Amino acid sequence: MCLAVPGKIEAIMDDGADELRRAKVDFGGVKKEVSLAFTPEARLGDYVLVHVGFALSVVDEQEAQKIFESLKEMAELEDAEAS
Amino acid sequence: MKFLDEYRDRAAVERLSRAIRRAVTRPWTIMEICGGQTHTILKSGLEDLLPREITLVHGPGCPVCVTPVELIDKAVAIAARPEAMMCSFGDMLRVPGSQSSLFDAKARGGDVRIVYSPMDAVKLARMNPERQVVFFAVGFETTAPANAMAVWQAAREGLANFSVLVAHVLVPPAIEAILSAENCRVQAFLAPGHVCAVVGFKDYEPLAARYRVPIVVTGFEPVDLLEGVWMAAQQLEAGRAEVENQYSRAVAREGNRPAQKIVAEVFEVGPRQWRGIGEIPSSGLRLRGPYRQFDAAERFEMAAPGARESADCISGLVLQGLKKPYECRVFGTGCTPERPLGAPMVSSEGACAAYYLYGRHKAR
Repeated sequence: MCLAVPGKIEAIMDDGADELRRAKVDFGGVKKEVSLAFTPEARLGDYVLVHVGFALSVVDEQEAQKIFESLKEMAELEDAEAS
Repeated sequence: MKFLDEYRDRAAVERLSRAIRRAVTRPWTIMEICGGQTHTILKSGLEDLLPREITLVHGPGCPVCVTPVELIDKAVAIAARPEAMMCSFGDMLRVPGSQSSLFDAKARGGDVRIVYSPMDAVKLARMNPERQVVFFAVGFETTAPANAMAVWQAAREGLANFSVLVAHVLVPPAIEAILSAENCRVQAFLAPGHVCAVVGFKDYEPLAARYRVPIVVTGFEPVDLLEGVWMAAQQLEAGRAEVENQYSRAVAREGNRPAQKIVAEVFEVGPRQWRGIGEIPSSGLRLRGPYRQFDAAERFEMAAPGARESADCISGLVLQGLKKPYECRVFGTGCTPERPLGAPMVSSEGACAAYYLYGRHKAR
């Protein structure tokens, strides 16, 4: 039930009160309208994590890269050990 | 899909598997709390990529599984009333009550609707003013803001025909209940990433310190889970017991403030019964004063016939990580997803359903 899926904001509707902000979000081709009530900082093009129709957080792209950077270092270390 | 596919990458998963093998020297037992994580572990066969020393046990993080049988009976009773339209998330429908499920109630002619969001139930109330629309508000901290928003919106619109049957539970008190049990064998936790996206992870810090357990806030994809296990294993090997955040792309320490605000507006903390486990103090949410008029349990007075559980089902022990699903006498025989005796065999987050679906019918 705590499933949340990342999708990209394609359009933002009703830029009025925070609790009414909604967006059209693209989930790999499937498009859905999502509430931005809890993510007033979300902007066009951002990826948001969506749970039961509400964006719960804006995905932090820099943080998302970190694991792949450490995996790369790990790979170099493994290669060095192997040679 | 971005932020999903790269976290399912085989080479990355194998590299993390090797890193865990290098880090581990002794046996350790780690519990992932969330049933969504349990399903990823089973579906992707992640246990087979772990060294023998690491045992994963599965926690109570399946809201459908821990919703008390009395409340399911109540939902079934409400669904039988001619004026009622019972709305629920899909995985609640097949969960067995004492005598029947919401699915059975629907088969008998009850108006039971599956909704994607609690806001859909609010919309149904708006469109059907002559009906009593009830939403079965089940869930952990992740779902609480959406459910709070539905109640808040109904209050704002004065929707007198909308109500919620609340079965909200909280994770930290459940972790504490597991840790303070005499037979506890969990040495580290993977904390549920999406719960923490809402509430942050400050509440986990006193738990890690008091019980000397590492807690790693973890995401839901294979790379996330193996990195979470790796971080927990490194802490265990080094004798550290801290809260770390593997899921930093989605979770901040302080969580989501606007979401916390609406939850605090509509709900307050109270004691809650957990199916198979019992009552845990301060482990649930209930409607706060001005919003109690939206409480379906009060709106629909009904006799409470004694709740009954299957005598064969050991779901309480499974939910506390004390037994594996295949250790149950009726697993896969008397209890299957088609004819479940207990909730964990039904839900897409239940450990028994995961073991059954992905063919883990015996010890590895």
